[in-house]
Amino acid sequence: MEILPVTKKPFRLTFWKSVFFLILIAGLYSTYIRFFYGLGAATNLSDCFPWGLWIGFDVLCGVGLAAGGFTMAALVYIFNIKKFKPIVRPAILTAFLGYLLVIFALLYDLGRPYNIWHPLIMWNPHSVMFEVGWCVMLYTTVLALEFRPVVLEKFHLHKPLKVIKSALIPPVILGVLFSTLHQSSLGSLFLIVPEKLYPLWYSPLLPVLFFVSSVAVGFAMVIFESYLSARAFNKHLEKPLLMELARVVVFILSLYLILKLQDFARRDAWHYLFINRPETYLFWAEMLLGVLLPLVLLATPRIRRHSVALFWSVLLVISGFVLNRMNVSITALESYSGAHYFPSWMEISITLMIVALGFAAFRWIAKNFPIFQAEKVPALPSIRQIPIVLESKEKINKQETLN
Amino acid sequence: MGHGFLIDVTLCEGCEACMDACHEIHGQPDTENYELSALNYTVIKNINIEEEDIYYRRMCMHCQTPSCASVCPVGAFRKTKEGPVIYDASRCMGCRYCMIACPFDVPKYEWESRNPRVHKCDMCYQRIKQGKLPACAEACPTGATLFGKHEELIRIAQERLQNDPERYYPYIYGLKEAGGTSVLYLLPVKPTELGFRLKGFQQTFPQFTWRVMKEIPNVVTFSGVFMYGLWWIINRRIELQKLDVETSGRELTSKEDDNGNSSGN
Repeated sequence: MEILPVTKKPFRLTFWKSVFFLILIAGLYSTYIRFFYGLGAATNLSDCFPWGLWIGFDVLCGVGLAAGGFTMAALVYIFNIKKFKPIVRPAILTAFLGYLLVIFALLYDLGRPYNIWHPLIMWNPHSVMFEVGWCVMLYTTVLALEFRPVVLEKFHLHKPLKVIKSALIPPVILGVLFSTLHQSSLGSLFLIVPEKLYPLWYSPLLPVLFFVSSVAVGFAMVIFESYLSARAFNKHLEKPLLMELARVVVFILSLYLILKLQDFARRDAWHYLFINRPETYLFWAEMLLGVLLPLVLLATPRIRRHSVALFWSVLLVISGFVLNRMNVSITALESYSGAHYFPSWMEISITLMIVALGFAAFRWIAKNFPIFQAEKVPALPSIRQIPIVLESKEKINKQETLN
Repeated sequence: MGHGFLIDVTLCEGCEACMDACHEIHGQPDTENYELSALNYTVIKNINIEEEDIYYRRMCMHCQTPSCASVCPVGAFRKTKEGPVIYDASRCMGCRYCMIACPFDVPKYEWESRNPRVHKCDMCYQRIKQGKLPACAEACPTGATLFGKHEELIRIAQERLQNDPERYYPYIYGLKEAGGTSVLYLLPVKPTELGFRLKGFQQTFPQFTWRVMKEIPNVVTFSGVFMYGLWWIINRRIELQKLDVETSGRELTSKEDDNGNSSGN
């Protein structure tokens, strides 16, 4: 008989843990209904409204919110801005978990989930959905590759680590390519229904708008996740880095705003902005609270320096993004279909369960794997640069004394 | 172009023989429901315009360039050379994109099933391959549903419009709609009065997607090379800076010379 380690902490039921278990129980019950009695029994979907919360939130938002993975990887490895390295790992972890959960959620939404592998052998290159499927699959593989060093470090496998480091760039570039493709293609999904999508949202620019907003929200999510991690794990907040990222968010949001204005000008759709109907209010909410307000807030240096204000500002960006995706996939289709859709409690409970599983998985991995500690590599270029700094100072001193 | 239907709404009396025949051939129960569904591949609709009852059929239009076939990620839909657009449940993974994309809202779903399928009219594909008529066309007592070669049906429709201009609204619905459909309608009133869409509807919808999709290989190759180039240049500069710094560390005195040399490399 083995003796249990004495150091193991006893299980304590905190407030958040009880919330987590309640969500889990509700989600598991809904899972049972969904898979044993069909989509009709568990959801409010119908022939008039075939896509709902699971496509709108779990897939469209899930993929977008995981965009921090490819944007941070591009910053650090392609643009070679090495100072962001301490936050690239949590970003890749967020993305990796995000994509796994999107695939998990898709199993609920697909009528025949056991056929999810069919796009592998049954090709239709004309289909946006086919392309999204392939890109998500390939990008999840890339994320797994990008995540390998964490696992290898944990188990002190230094030899394969070296091999990975020697070929870092190709997977990163592939990851950015796959992400660019499917982030934009989620917008292209709706290009084929110009007569169904409400004109505030239908635009030939949908793929570009989806891509740009995903980049903005990717950075916003990195800030959001860093702030929460710093609180949850009592770790130092990388504030200067986050302030810098907040400026990138301002930059991307401005691009997004300009694209939106160009889009309205091009389609001459201004009058839709002032019609008294629910779509109009939801559109204004999305643009004012999710784009304009955070743009102004984050452009203010005082807000960027204040970590709580920074957190709430990026939360606005994230909410605006979620509202945008829900508007495109649900609100914009309501008036055409003539049906009103609101998700059933079972749909909501499954979505909540998936989000909760994401938080729990992140927490567990962050506690058990080297996500936050800096890499212990002996010869970093920055270390080598130290004497130079000293030397140049010496030189300045020398020059000063000479003068 | 294959085969298709010509639906002459002025001849339809609303007897529902087509609905019954369709139910029978597909093994579905008769219903009191007059909406397209997993159990209704065709329905008879009724509308009263200027004191006159108009009955008309609704079913899959069997587009020449079907949106459903274009959007399906696993190619479960196919336009056959005989005319019908058919669905293969064994490929389907149940994403329901076809239902979102169809400009006529035709595909319907088995919501209560554990193993659901998409349902829509298949123009009795098995029967027409054997040279038989589709069940509804065979059952129609008034000739409101006419089955035949597409070109033939267009000719008949044009003749009817010419010979009896009083009877019809001068338009063959389906000739151009959604890029042309295998099902054609002759109507006594303007199509929009029956809820048939006209405005901005005379185009193939898959082109909206293809316009973007066809650029993908270009985007991939261009941005792949672009990003690799970007990395290559930036990384090279960083390497050079390091080199520069190291040599200057060793040879304190000739720093300016080194700078000049390294930029020339």
